[in-house]
Amino acid sequence: MASAIFFLDLKGKPLLSRNYRGDIPMSAVDKFPMLLLQAEEESPVVPPCFTHEGVNYLYITHNNLYLLALTKRNTNAAEILLFLHRVVQVLTEYFKGLEEESIRDNFVLIYELLDELMDYGFPQTTDTKILKEYITQKSHILEIAMEIAQVPKEQPRPPMAVTNAVSWRSEGIKYRKNEAFLDVVEAVNLLMSPSGQVLRSEVLGSVQMKCYLSGMPELRLGLNDKVLFDHVSNTGAGGGGSGGSARASRGKSIEMEDVKFHQCVRLSRFENDRTISFIPPDGQFELMSYRLNTTVKPLIWVDCKINKYSNTRIEILAKARGQFKKRSTANNVEIHIPVPEDADSPKLAATAGSIKWHPEKACVTWKIKQFGGGREFSMRAELGLPSVQDADEQAKSKRPIQVKFSIPYFTTSGIQVRYLKIVEPKLQYTSYPWVRYITTSGEDYTIRLA
Amino acid sequence: MSLEKRIRSVFQAPKKGETYELRSGLVSQYASERKEAIQRTIQAMTLGKDVSALFPDIMKNLATHDIEQKKLVYLYLMNYAKSHPELCILAVNTFVGDSGDPNPLVRALAIRTMGCIRVDKMVDYMDGPLRKTLGDDNPYVRKTAAICVAKLFDLAPETCVEEGFLQTLQGLMSDSNPMVVANAVSALAEIQDRDPSTNCFVINSHILGKLLSALNECTEWGRVTLLTSLADYTADGDEGTHIVDRVVPQFQHANPSVVLAAVKCVLAHLHTQTEENREILLRKISPPLVSLVGSSSPPEVQYVSLRNIRLILQKYPQLLSRDLRVFFVKYNDPAYLKMEKLEILVRVANDNNASQLLAELKEYALEVDIDFVRRAVRAIGQLAIKIPSSAEKCVSLLLELLDTKINYILQEVVIVFRDILRRYLPGGVADKAISNQVFAPVIPLLCENMDEIDEPEAKAAIIWILGEYVDQVPNVAEILGSITPQFLEESTPVQLQLLTAVVKLYVKKPDQGQRLIQETLNTATSSSDNADIRDRAYIYWRLLSSDTAFAQSVVGADKPPIASIIPEVQPALLDELLSELGTLASVYHRPASTFMGKGKFGADAIQKRAIEEQRALAQDGAAAAAVGAASGGVNIENLLDIDFDGAAPASAAANTDNLNDLDGLFSHTDGNTDAAAAASGASGATGASSMNDIMSLFGNSSSMGGGMSGMGGMGGMGGSMGSPAPMAAPADPFASLSAVNTADAFASLNIGNGSEKPKEQPAQQQQQQGQGKANDDLLGLF
Repeated sequence: MASAIFFLDLKGKPLLSRNYRGDIPMSAVDKFPMLLLQAEEESPVVPPCFTHEGVNYLYITHNNLYLLALTKRNTNAAEILLFLHRVVQVLTEYFKGLEEESIRDNFVLIYELLDELMDYGFPQTTDTKILKEYITQKSHILEIAMEIAQVPKEQPRPPMAVTNAVSWRSEGIKYRKNEAFLDVVEAVNLLMSPSGQVLRSEVLGSVQMKCYLSGMPELRLGLNDKVLFDHVSNTGAGGGGSGGSARASRGKSIEMEDVKFHQCVRLSRFENDRTISFIPPDGQFELMSYRLNTTVKPLIWVDCKINKYSNTRIEILAKARGQFKKRSTANNVEIHIPVPEDADSPKLAATAGSIKWHPEKACVTWKIKQFGGGREFSMRAELGLPSVQDADEQAKSKRPIQVKFSIPYFTTSGIQVRYLKIVEPKLQYTSYPWVRYITTSGEDYTIRLA
Repeated sequence: MSLEKRIRSVFQAPKKGETYELRSGLVSQYASERKEAIQRTIQAMTLGKDVSALFPDIMKNLATHDIEQKKLVYLYLMNYAKSHPELCILAVNTFVGDSGDPNPLVRALAIRTMGCIRVDKMVDYMDGPLRKTLGDDNPYVRKTAAICVAKLFDLAPETCVEEGFLQTLQGLMSDSNPMVVANAVSALAEIQDRDPSTNCFVINSHILGKLLSALNECTEWGRVTLLTSLADYTADGDEGTHIVDRVVPQFQHANPSVVLAAVKCVLAHLHTQTEENREILLRKISPPLVSLVGSSSPPEVQYVSLRNIRLILQKYPQLLSRDLRVFFVKYNDPAYLKMEKLEILVRVANDNNASQLLAELKEYALEVDIDFVRRAVRAIGQLAIKIPSSAEKCVSLLLELLDTKINYILQEVVIVFRDILRRYLPGGVADKAISNQVFAPVIPLLCENMDEIDEPEAKAAIIWILGEYVDQVPNVAEILGSITPQFLEESTPVQLQLLTAVVKLYVKKPDQGQRLIQETLNTATSSSDNADIRDRAYIYWRLLSSDTAFAQSVVGADKPPIASIIPEVQPALLDELLSELGTLASVYHRPASTFMGKGKFGADAIQKRAIEEQRALAQDGAAAAAVGAASGGVNIENLLDIDFDGAAPASAAANTDNLNDLDGLFSHTDGNTDAAAAASGASGATGASSMNDIMSLFGNSSSMGGGMSGMGGMGGMGGSMGSPAPMAAPADPFASLSAVNTADAFASLNIGNGSEKPKEQPAQQQQQQGQGKANDDLLGLF
């Protein structure tokens, strides 16, 4: 639990605060910037929570803001830190971005939200969709306020959903056309050695959903048999697991690890018979996420040689190869190759795409709009180096090559949606499910430089 | 009205300025103007201006149907109630009225705000509305009222008990609505924690069923609350199995704090399970643990998870052995994650993945962040010692790193080699052919860099190596001879090591060491103003002058082998921390009592400060604000006194902490200085590091008394404690320098004792390995 929540600017000056419990002197926050500075001086490793004179400081940063929670108890740190992130998320969804300015401009609304998000230090509701039903945007509020003056009965009321078992969906939603969109997105994180050996790889998959469905629909999602929900956690022993792998026609089965579901999915049902059944929230949400720990072949491989000529210029020769099916195409491929910060006068050439030097990021960016499977392109860059050599320069350029791309209609794992059944017992409408697949580079698709 | 007039005269409202403008806005006849003025008042409040003078005018706007405006007025009330406690009475009617409003949002708002107005007079009027809202039809109101009981208990525990609110709250644990159940549990747990004598939070099998069924329907935060309570519940019979079955599906929840709470809950009930089931459950725990450090969790939460995983791994080392790669450092990880990941990596290392890990550590060692690189080098050393089959590869990698000639790498390499050599090249004499080939050639390579080694810990390490392996270095006398002339300029650990090394040299090669030993002992005994140094020099002197052969057996005594140099948490503390996974204690790796002040007392002191702060603010408005801050400062010092200096238990606690978790201690250096302050305060010494060492020695021996800890204490006595090096502390008797020192210091001290009573010498010699006894002797010595 948290005793108080603060929004601070980068200098540590409080912008807005909410004291939930009144058991900590609010002046404790004045020490925060000093403590942070002290910690930085003592060691470069400053953890996100520390204690000082009986007060515990837990903080996160977001854009030009610090969000800080104070507590004097041995509180659940994971919960509070995550709660701070949720506050950011909620406010971002309300204001379309969260910065120092948005705090100043919306303090009334923020106070109101902070009141609903947390009570006496206990996190309460952090679901923006539900909050928006009774904590309305400022402009909106003003209109209502006028009406209320005459008709007090039309005041906003807490939606049933706040406390319902189905706390994520309100009743009485209506659409003329009932549609549901499923996006299976797989992000590949990969770390390669200069020689092309995969040092680490993981696929982070997620099933994103957009629901425009009336009433309280019951949905059931079926995935292809190749998918094994990590066999270890299957209480039904090896039975389901081994059966699945035997059935897997093309040898490889998909072993998903730590599958996570949106809170709408009935976890106990999934635990029992592996069906994914749920009443979806309205609009967009992430239905499930999963991770594959199997070694993935690099989808786009970059072979890069950097030659230094007598400390006056540097030559980069890079080859990129698309190692995926010929039928597929990778879109918007970007390859960022780091170069020394003080390099200048670039000479750049590539067999495909455009290539640019970004001195502010100290890298050369090679962009290829469309990259066919099995194709190979190459580029060459030459940059001048200053005659005065910085002694530490070599040590500084240890950054890896970063690659970004997206490949539509393709999943690395081979996961497929077999069916999405939508049943609304009362309304019984026909509905249209749509499914798309896409594989993208994750945040960390990198190749180390020799 | 007369009351208001009085108030007005007190405040002497200025006729112009912002406050005046706001005031005229607040009493305007147009609703929109009033509302705007309220908003501007709140804005001024947000900016930290003191607008408490407007209290009476704001109160006039209390009665309104505009929820928006109501919320703002309530917000103002909560902030400034303390400054006008008597005026709060005026709000009571509105609150009571609102708590019966047809709109549930208004009812909930009223009861929530009432609980936050921490004024005694308000408490008197709270029971009616609270009782009404606790039995409200609307769950949103009930869940708010449930929390309000905890607020009331904080203000007036007696009222709360007398009015029977605790029973009502217990009843709410069986409410039909999961959110109400979760908030009732939060409130009860809070009250129970504040005053255990209320005994209000009792889970029986009926309630257990309710909680378990609420678990599946609750919001994510409610789940965290319920899982935490379930973890604390002592299950009988097959309840444990029942709980575990219901909790395991929560591993799949998207919220990492729910997952962590579920892990904690399952671990807490693991002992109720059959052996077979336990295996299955432990296997199920690995994937969620991995997911906690995945990129879907924010880095701060990953950090909490990693600190917890470290504890879990110490208890269940077999977990995660297949997931090494997950903990590889990403180049854009924040520094605190990188360091923590290294800690996990060395802990999950085994024979199968060692070479993979080593390749990764090599990359890290070539990074640019100095602290990270040093930590990576240390990890290579830890790996070498933990996994013997990888030692040879580790050594060649370390030598490769040595070739880079980067100064900070060199320092760290020397330090880890001290432990590696001690592990694999025992007794100074390499008898096995392999160790001779692999490890012995390292020594001359290290000696080549003698001039570059300048950090105290590294220098002490190389000198220890020289002394220990005198036979391996032909020109050892020359090297040591080049350092001894600056004996007095060296830091304490280096001086102590130098003394020992010179003695070892003399004992093994008397002809080469003759001149050095004379000089060094002379300097140490006559010119040093450090008691530790002088004492050790005298002890050696007496030892050497009594019987050279005996001295040889003492100085060259076998040292206890090192199995691992990965720091661990003390077993007793580990169990405590495992029962508190996810909490701050589990992140700091310190018992909660060390950072919460002393139990209720420390917490209350902070609360007192909070109240005093408000009072100071209330007393005389803006002008007094500065004074208030100053008095706050004084209070803080008082608190410090109370916490760390006042009583022996405090310093003992600090010392235990010192022992238990050196890592936590050194990363939270405020704790360290507190411990030092407590020690020096109590002893009345000038705070010389040597005194601290002695203090910690007594702390160790008396608190644990075990043979090993005694050894650790002597290591501390040996002076390593005073050095700034984090590894050199008595917590881990095998830990690097302290362990090295231990053997030497132990031997020398013991004999120092013996040589004073020459007749007992043979007996002493036999007892040399009986450390418990030695410990007593040592205490006797003081």
